[in-house]
This record gives sequence, structure tokens and C-alpha cells, in this order.
Amino acid sequence: MHNKTLLELSQGLREKQFSSLELTEHFLSRIRQHDPRLNAFVTVTEEQALGHAKAADARIAAGQAGPLTGVPIAQKDIFCTQGVRTSCGSKMLDNFISPYNATVVERFNQAGAVMLGKLNMDEFAMGSSNETSYYGPVKNPWDLGAVPGGSSGGSASAVAARLAPGATGTDTGGSIRQPASFCGITGIKPTYGRVSRWGMIAFASSLDQGGPMARSAEDCALMLQTMAGFDEKDSTSVDIPVPDYLSSLNDSLEGLRIGLPKEFFGEGLDSNIARLIDEAVAEYRKLGAEVKEVSLPNMHLSGPAYYVVAPAECSSNLARFDGVRYGHRCDNPKDLKDLYMRSRGEGFGAEVQRRILIGTYALSAGYYDAYYLKAQKIRRLISDDFKQAFQEVDVIMGPTSPSVAFRFGEKSADPIAMYLSDIYTIAVNLAGLPGMSIPVGFSKNLPVGMQIIGDYFSEGRLLNVAHRYQQATGWHQQSPLEFA
Amino acid sequence: MSLSTAEVNKIAWLGRIAIDADKIEAYARDLSGILDFVEQMSAVDTSAVEPMAHPMDQAQRLRPDVATEPDQRELFQAHAPLVEAGLYLVPKVIE
Repeated sequence: MHNKTLLELSQGLREKQFSSLELTEHFLSRIRQHDPRLNAFVTVTEEQALGHAKAADARIAAGQAGPLTGVPIAQKDIFCTQGVRTSCGSKMLDNFISPYNATVVERFNQAGAVMLGKLNMDEFAMGSSNETSYYGPVKNPWDLGAVPGGSSGGSASAVAARLAPGATGTDTGGSIRQPASFCGITGIKPTYGRVSRWGMIAFASSLDQGGPMARSAEDCALMLQTMAGFDEKDSTSVDIPVPDYLSSLNDSLEGLRIGLPKEFFGEGLDSNIARLIDEAVAEYRKLGAEVKEVSLPNMHLSGPAYYVVAPAECSSNLARFDGVRYGHRCDNPKDLKDLYMRSRGEGFGAEVQRRILIGTYALSAGYYDAYYLKAQKIRRLISDDFKQAFQEVDVIMGPTSPSVAFRFGEKSADPIAMYLSDIYTIAVNLAGLPGMSIPVGFSKNLPVGMQIIGDYFSEGRLLNVAHRYQQATGWHQQSPLEFA
Repeated sequence: MSLSTAEVNKIAWLGRIAIDADKIEAYARDLSGILDFVEQMSAVDTSAVEPMAHPMDQAQRLRPDVATEPDQRELFQAHAPLVEAGLYLVPKVIE
């Protein structure tokens, strides 16, 4: 059952090939069997999952099932889940039982989906390897000595190892796309504002966006259909109707204009990855697409701008963790200053502290113009580059990451080396555009992802472009043998 | 851009994070490295560029000024480290 796609599981449930309870028990047993080696789950919500499954079976029997009713999924531990610990991968929230559900969680609940548990992640979504999690790193199911990527590493690892048919992720600088690439699965970061951020613990509010991670574009379409939509509780949610993503999946790619930014194929890109992207693009030519080179001349500034904007917003957002209202509180504080400083010093890990400090510095008196304002202006230049490119092409393609999954410890001592792992993904967040990653082959026995970027609110087109490729190729169907 | 240990201590105070004395130098080195990395921005003339605060230049949505949330104080205080009579407790601020 675990090798079936979300859509196949959905059909199987409605045709009564198996019950949601059987399906849920099957995945729970796989989690028990395999997760000790992967560490993808922070919390397995077995009891709740079985309850959800029984309710779903009743709903299916009553003929009131939707496409996700009874289908098990897992949530990144950044989404608040009522009555269930929501840790965000941090010691700070190790004891935090959320009193409410994130909108995304609520939407899955209403759809009748079964939640298997909460997935491990880099602490507060800050990291590209899952090594910053308080709960220890997640392993890559393709090679247990390699990182799964981050920050949604638990989501990517669980889906790749067939411990869940689909999972949620969030993407502030590449945190859906890079782990999807490293683990050989499909993930989409929607346009900023498409999926509600309410109840999704904030990292950098002008960049954060939730999205689905699954084994195929079709499954991502199914999940995004439930996740996307206006939410009045999120002041940056965009009130635009959600199209039917499944109905456009098979649209023809005849005449599709693909742009390859020359800046994505320069120095620093692994030559095997460059070759695999070429091969994937060749496949698109066979499907009727036209390919041309485009330029994003300010691309090299996206890293520097991002590492001002994201830490600045992080330092502001994480000011709420003060040891007073929720989360970790130090023992025997001698005064209020000591309470704040030690609670935060003990509760946050090193990477989160570095980012709070950089952000605090960038926003401190006298430095605002030189850092935050400057970064916002660079952000405009980067966004304008994309606007220019989208006058000539429909989608942009390139590598998701410059390398395949790296080894544990390889980059954790050098923050800049780690940051460069997201060099092709962060510009998309700065511009607020949708982007996805799909598997296009293997290098050194590890999966390689290709990134597909579209114009604002073109999620349907991106999913269509990815789906047609997946109909013509089988890379997305590969699975790690050890977890067969 | 190189931050001194004194500057790191000041930033840590502003950000209210206690850092062990033996780690300050490593933080100074890492933070200086990050500032060098972002320094590339200064090579670009942005005097005529409008800052971008929101990807779609959207303004914050307004809503009528009416209460929409019920009082859930007990629920929200259930996971607070220390409360008494509906109040959050912190060490004495005024002597």
C-alpha cells in the first residue's frame, strides 16, 4: 500500500479496496519499523491518527468523502496542531502543546485527512541540512550518511522512505525545494500569499510560504488544492480564487517557452547535475517546448540580500520567545534581564542565535539603511529581473541545488558554505514567485532535482509542466531500496 | 566588516541572548563572515530603486475594528511557565 500514490490511495479508499484504518495502521507500522533509523518524526500521533481514520471510514461509508478523506499525511512540526506538541525543532518549544490549529492543519482536518504525526526540521526552519534540529538530524533514506536537506528534511525523508504518502513543508529560502531535490521527491513552494501562514510559526514573514511535498506533481496538486486559498486570519493572504489544479495537469506543453538563466549554470554547479538538467530540458523539447537562454543579472545578490532580510525578520519574530508566556524558561532567574537572556540563550541553538544576532545588528540604530533598506532595494532588482524574463518565457528551469545531498558535518562548521546550498532557490522567495523541484536523475547514487519557476499564481501551470514530464519519465517513481 | 567581541556582547544584549564567554569569539568570527558575505550589496548603486517590502506590493488589509476572538485566557495560560490569578509571573522588576 505504501508504494501507491496519494491519488491511488484516494481511489482505493473510495472503491473500498482497503479502509482508512488499515491504511493508517500500515503507515504507523512502517514508521515504527523504519523511523528509528531516519529520525524523520518528532512526534507520532498514533492515537489521534487512528481516531481520524475511523471517522474517515464512517465518512466514506456515508458517501461524504472528499479526495483526501482517509488519506494519511504528516505535518512539518512548524504547523500548530491543537493538543499536540508543536516544537519547531527547538528546545525552546519542546514543551509547547499548541492550543489551536494552523489554518493548513484545519483545512486537512476538514478534508478528512489523517495526520500521522509531526515531522522533524531544522530549528525554526533555519538550516539546509536538518542538522540544527534539537531532536537530532534526519537521515537521507538514499544514503544514511547524507543529509536530507532542510529545513523540511523530515518531510522529504518521510515521503521518500514511504513513511507517509505526502507531507507539508514550508519554504523561506528553499526549504521545500532543496530537501525535495536531495531526497528525490516533488515539492512546490506556492506564490507568497497563496497558502495561509496562520498558525505556521513565523521565521521571515515576508518570505515564508507553506506547500506540499509528495512523490509526484499530481499528488502535490491534490494536496495544494486543499491547502491553498484566502484566509482572513493571515493579513498577507491573497484573495484570488484557487483554480482546479488537477484539471489542468494534462494540458499540452506544445509551444511552452522555457527559459534557462545563464546565471544558474555557471561556476559552482556540479557537472553531473548540469548534464541531468540538460537531459530533462531535452525531454521537454520532445514534449513540444521551446527553449531559450534568459538572464537574471542580479542573481548573485540574492544570497547577500536574503541573509539580511531573513535574519532581520527572524530577530523581530523570535522576540516573542521570552520565557514568560510559553516555551522554555531558565531555572531561578535572578531578575527579568536574566530571565530573558538565559531562557533565550538556553532555548535557542547556535544557528538560530546567529541569525537573531545578525538581524538585531542589521536593524539596530544607524545600520537600518545600510542593511535592511539596502536589501529591500536589491530585492526589487531581483524581482524586476524575473519580471523581465517572464515577458519572454513561461517558465524558468535550472538546478534546485548546486550539489547532491552532502555528508553530515560537511558544511555545519561554516555558515556561508551552508547558505550557498540554497543559492538557486532564495531569489524565488525574495521575488515571492512559485517554484517547484522535481527529480530528474541521479548523480553519485543520490537524487538530483530540477527547479521550475513560474510567474505569480502560476501553480497550475507549474504542476502541469512537472506532471507532463513525470508522465514521460520515471525518475519520480524511484524509491530507496532499503525502505522498499 | 569585522565585529569585535565587545560589539558581539552588545548585540547579544540587544537581542537578549546570553552567550557563554568562551563562545563569543566564535560568534564574532561567524557573524563577521556573514557581514562580509552580505557586503556584496554595497557594490550596487540603488539610489533610484524603490525598496520592496511585499512581493506583490500589497498593502496591509484592514478589517472593521470589532472583537472577533473570544476570551481564552485560561487556555493560553495553561502552558505558561508561571502564572497566578490570571497573571504571568516574572522576577521582581521594581525594588
